Amino acid sequence: MDSEPLVNVARLKKYFPVSKGLLFQKQTGFVKAVDDVSFEIFRGETLGLVGESGCGKTTVGRTILGLYPITEGKVLIENIDVAKAHGKELHQLRQKAQMIFQDPYASLNPRWTVSAIISEPIRVHHLSQSEAEKTERVQELMQLVGLSPRLINRFPHEFSGGQRQRIGVARALASQPDFIVCDEPISALDVSIQAQVVNLLEDLQDRLNLTYLFIAHDLSMVRHICDRVAVMYLGTIVESADRDELYEQPLHPYTKALLSAVPIPDPKKDRNRHRIILQGDVPSPINPPNGCRFHTRCPIAKQYCKEQTPQFREVGQSHWVACHEIA
Amino acid sequence: MDPLLIVNNLVTQFIIPEGTVYAVNGISFHINPGETLAVVGESGCGKSVSMLSVMGLIPTPPGKIVHGEAIYGERNLFTLNEEEMEKIRGKEIAMVFQDPMTSLNPVLTIGRQITEALACHLGMTSIEARDKAINLLEMVGIPEARNRLDDYPHQFSGGMRQRVMIAMALSCNPNLLIADEPTTALDVTIQAQIVELVIQLKQQRNMAVIWITHDLGVVAGIADRVNVMYAGFIVEEANVDDLYENPHHPYTQGLLGSLPRVDRRRDRKLISIPGSPPSLLVKPKGCPFRPRCQYAREICQIETPQLRNISQNHRVACWINVENGEQISG
Repeated sequence: MDSEPLVNVARLKKYFPVSKGLLFQKQTGFVKAVDDVSFEIFRGETLGLVGESGCGKTTVGRTILGLYPITEGKVLIENIDVAKAHGKELHQLRQKAQMIFQDPYASLNPRWTVSAIISEPIRVHHLSQSEAEKTERVQELMQLVGLSPRLINRFPHEFSGGQRQRIGVARALASQPDFIVCDEPISALDVSIQAQVVNLLEDLQDRLNLTYLFIAHDLSMVRHICDRVAVMYLGTIVESADRDELYEQPLHPYTKALLSAVPIPDPKKDRNRHRIILQGDVPSPINPPNGCRFHTRCPIAKQYCKEQTPQFREVGQSHWVACHEIA
Repeated sequence: MDPLLIVNNLVTQFIIPEGTVYAVNGISFHINPGETLAVVGESGCGKSVSMLSVMGLIPTPPGKIVHGEAIYGERNLFTLNEEEMEKIRGKEIAMVFQDPMTSLNPVLTIGRQITEALACHLGMTSIEARDKAINLLEMVGIPEARNRLDDYPHQFSGGMRQRVMIAMALSCNPNLLIADEPTTALDVTIQAQIVELVIQLKQQRNMAVIWITHDLGVVAGIADRVNVMYAGFIVEEANVDDLYENPHHPYTQGLLGSLPRVDRRRDRKLISIPGSPPSLLVKPKGCPFRPRCQYAREICQIETPQLRNISQNHRVACWINVENGEQISG
């Protein structure tokens, strides 16, 4: 890891307009999917982004790659400004930053062969001189992710879920990226297959010195694979710290509740555990609560939590938290 | 204590254009009154199909219960006609499904959907049924239950919908609740709420629960006994503490080894099981786990291992004694 961050996200906001009416659409408000999020990712590191559905973690991943236009804030990837990049710079960005998607069934074109899918980035970025070199490169990539190169002319439906996810990984690697956003890459897979894909991602990171943003809701897996973890709630990051620090010394009441809700595969331990059961559901991101967004479900909320938004500040060594109640 | 439900040698298959799907291949199990049995396995292992078979909910065709019996009380559920089955289903054995959005009718109010069962099974008048429905919704923790009775399913969140499903399932005081992945579609904090609710309701009513899931974490917190399924077979069956402390089947060991732990520092890479589950279109022969098993021998190819006792309340279907790696004498 070097000291210069590979990815730098500063005060990122992403609002989606909400409109009403069929013919004459009227804009009635915004879904504040991501609201003032800042973080850095260093080279060779894995940052975990966790939170429940609808907290904005996927939107963060897509926005920083420029797949959604940025509403406000700044994203730098290898010193390229994602919002302003165009032409050659944008092309370069697309090569250096890739994505692995959640659903290995929906993210591969069913009419393309494996060869066509994996070679597309090679073609787009002119990474091979000849057809033969391209095929060779595709075979190499297939081997790298643990697929037999003999299957090069098969179609996605001929593969199992785990194998399809391997195709997705090979495609992401084809353009020789430095940075990969992994958006819930294992949540659609069966338990015994998840470990295979996670081990593959780790091996590739070691071999190719990759940097990952690992988006997931499985907190156990995140503890296993990530170096640092950021917890999101309703469009904002409420806490971030090094992995073991976060899991052993969580500070934010939401992080505490979230961690206590994760089941442990050990009956004796699980039975004697103190669970913090949160009341109610996550509020709508169209009208997020004033002040601290978590105050409607927070077991320790005070009057001022309803009025003032807590600052995201460093309270320990690279341990950041947004809560009024933490000294 | 007599078991509440005994299933013997259940075989369920589906005939589709591509051939026969061997979904459940001769499984036997029982559940005692007031007990929680977890059925664990990955997608396609037959955990849902075996329970749907018991409930008489397998669409025929293409599905068919080829063999077996399900003894509930004095009766074999598989020999009952539809009318007799309807009296048991929902009243004595109730079911909660994975996806609360697709299992509720989107164009009927939830009040209407809850009162339907009450009127049908318990013969309540509409006013009685309405009052009872409010009670039920309060019991599962829906705030302002009286006002929410006339709401439609889309006006509820995922967790709230699952609560509604549980309220419906419990409306007639069933002896047995079959919950098919009831928390899989939910977030962890909501999952914790639902698990807590089911444990509480079960204790209040002394109801038996069969909890179908792929999540070994949830099982540890809720089950008394566990059946592990693979490719349509039960491969291991044990008390919950026994299973986690002393897993015997190579598949169970592999599953537990592949789980990262939220409560521990990382000490190793995950142990992954190579390969993927077998196609169900191939008639099973030998041990279903053999192609992925590190202990596999010749006999595993030839003969399907039966469940054998390895200690009291712990049974495993494997030709190998994994403790010393030796083949057991068949």
